[in-house]
Amino acid sequence: MAEVLVLVEHADGEVKKVTYELLTLARSLGEPSAVLLGGSVSGLADKLGEYGAQKVYIAEDPALDEFLVAPKAEVLAQIVSDSSPGAVLVASSAEGKEVAARAALRTGSGLLTDATGVSDSLEATQNIFGGAIIVTSKVSAGTPFIAVRPNSTAPEPAAASPETVTVTANISDAAKSAKITDTVVEAKGGRPELTEASVVVSGGRGLGGAEHFELIEKLADSLDAAVGASRAATDAGWYPHQNQVGQTGKTVSPQLYMAIGISGAIQHRAGMQTSKTIVAINKDPEAPIFELVDYGIVGDLFDVVPQLTEEITKRK
Amino acid sequence: MKIVVCVKQVPDTWAERTLNPTDKTLDRAKVDTVMNEIDEYAVEEAMRIKEANDGSEVTIVTMGPDRAVDTVRKALSMGADKAVHLSDEALHGSCVMQTSDALAKVIGGLEYDLIITGSEATDSRVSVMPALLAERLGIPQLSLARKVTVEPGTKVTIERQTDNGYQVVESSLPAVISVVEKINEPRYPSFKGIMAAKSKPMTTMTAADAGLDTGSLGLEHATTQVTEATNRPPRSGGEIVKDEGDGGVKLAEFLASQKLI
Ligand SMILES: Cc1cc2nc3c(=O)[nH]c(=O)nc-3n(C[C@H](O)[C@H](O)[C@H](O)COP(=O)(O)OP(=O)(O)OC[C@H]3O[C@@H](n4cnc5c(N)ncnc54)[C@H](O)[C@@H]3O)c2cc1C
Ligand SMILES: Nc1ncnc2c1ncn2[C@@H]1O[C@H](COP(=O)(O)O)[C@@H](O)[C@H]1O
Repeated sequence: MAEVLVLVEHADGEVKKVTYELLTLARSLGEPSAVLLGGSVSGLADKLGEYGAQKVYIAEDPALDEFLVAPKAEVLAQIVSDSSPGAVLVASSAEGKEVAARAALRTGSGLLTDATGVSDSLEATQNIFGGAIIVTSKVSAGTPFIAVRPNSTAPEPAAASPETVTVTANISDAAKSAKITDTVVEAKGGRPELTEASVVVSGGRGLGGAEHFELIEKLADSLDAAVGASRAATDAGWYPHQNQVGQTGKTVSPQLYMAIGISGAIQHRAGMQTSKTIVAINKDPEAPIFELVDYGIVGDLFDVVPQLTEEITKRK
Repeated sequence: MKIVVCVKQVPDTWAERTLNPTDKTLDRAKVDTVMNEIDEYAVEEAMRIKEANDGSEVTIVTMGPDRAVDTVRKALSMGADKAVHLSDEALHGSCVMQTSDALAKVIGGLEYDLIITGSEATDSRVSVMPALLAERLGIPQLSLARKVTVEPGTKVTIERQTDNGYQVVESSLPAVISVVEKINEPRYPSFKGIMAAKSKPMTTMTAADAGLDTGSLGLEHATTQVTEATNRPPRSGGEIVKDEGDGGVKLAEFLASQKLI
């Protein structure tokens, strides 16, 4: 079986959940190998074995953390050239896509982004135009690089004892050109990341003000959910832009998406339409969001949300 | 400062977008088009840098069919100085790798200290153009900027938006920047701006003019291919209930029935 490389996403000394999803997916396509890049990352290799990595390529160099994207792309391209894998899977995150794009270019390959599935024949499924059309695409040059959306595969452990391969990172001076001088965390801690969360609770203009987002946060916390917002809410400054769901915000695909006080404009749908189960609370029975829902409540969110939160807490 | 801004004409997201049944490329002929919204922010940012630095010049670059000239005019009416429009039937169906090659060749023929793009085109949504342009041109990549600070002749610093905050990233010039919508509020073209745009220099180029290898263009040589396309079946069968004072409880019951709580 062909080797399938998985670029590991990690932050603060932890492997991100999406990596376990990619390793699970890679097992269905071939022999998974993890690619671990960073200043000091070798401690993470064992975790990758828990999800079936047969091999872990480890490249450690401070430049991988200190400079944006380009060093990682160079090392990934180097590993791809040396190992000629059947495919390379990365997370369809901002950095994942950028690293993959540059590495694909360096290896004469093609890149597919935002895949929600990958078949045995390495064809990727993508939802385009706000989810209105489902396409199947393939890479026809070099090694297929496929960026897969978080939450596309359920991560399943499968213990393996991976062979570790230490790679010498040959990073050019040109790649050390965009220097990261500071990293600032602004989001309130404790909640799962929007694109990775299995439940997302989003609020819109119907909340009427920043102070009412507390209702959304309480409901979200009762479900261990991430908090999202419509653009009307982020534009008004009620919630950070980082939490915007939609065409110019994040694309989410959770098990459960709750749209509260959100009308369901096409640009909002573009970011949440592929969620497994969708529910909405809106006082307008004509709101377009109801065309998408599995279950909808026509009512005032200020009545329904507190009751829902209480009921969920009671049932725990 | 010499600033190049890449703008793309895209189908209006409000319009129904379809694929050509024959070659499964976006049907650009039938649909209403607009400038990719984020690219307006890119033009605005270029104008602000120009206004803060005497003697600066803003050049618009676009690749797209003949009608993309409307998008170029809009960018010129916002205050850009001149434009280059790469338009050639042979480019139809280009993948991101081919498009980045074409744009890099066009830009390579211009003078530039900064290249500014949007973060994402609403039709392709790949968000990799700035990374690819940086790779091809061998210059620093400063993508997803929510704030840009330029020190002409020496360096540029951005705040790069991340999932949970931002990173401060700096580089020397020239560099490629992409902007997110938080960065500014784009201006509306003034009447004067619209009139002035009509007489601003616009160069139209073919693929050969841009120095592209005409044997490697378009759908046939793209690095990715769409093999199948189907319309998503409309979601239906959802249950919609009016709140009679027990809406929250009912919703909780639904979630429980789906094993979601
Ligand atoms: C190029 C472009 C890109 C865009 N990108 C995005 C994007 O990424 N994400 C995004 O979300 N939008 C995006 N938009 C904006 C989008 O078109 C809508 O304007 C936006 O989604 C509306 O947000 P909303 O649903 O919160 O507000 P509204 O459309 O105003 O809807 C508010 C809803 O709340 C309901 N409501 C009010 N009060 C209550 C109450 N007490 N109880 C229950 N319900 C109540 C109302 O009935 C209404 O349906 C984009 C637009 C453009 C042009
Ligand atoms: N055909 C094109 N012509 C000019 N600029 C483009 C073109 N395609 C993409 N871009 C630029 O690249 C940015 C990101 O697009 P994309 O990577 O396609 O999502 C856009 O916001 C534009 O600034």
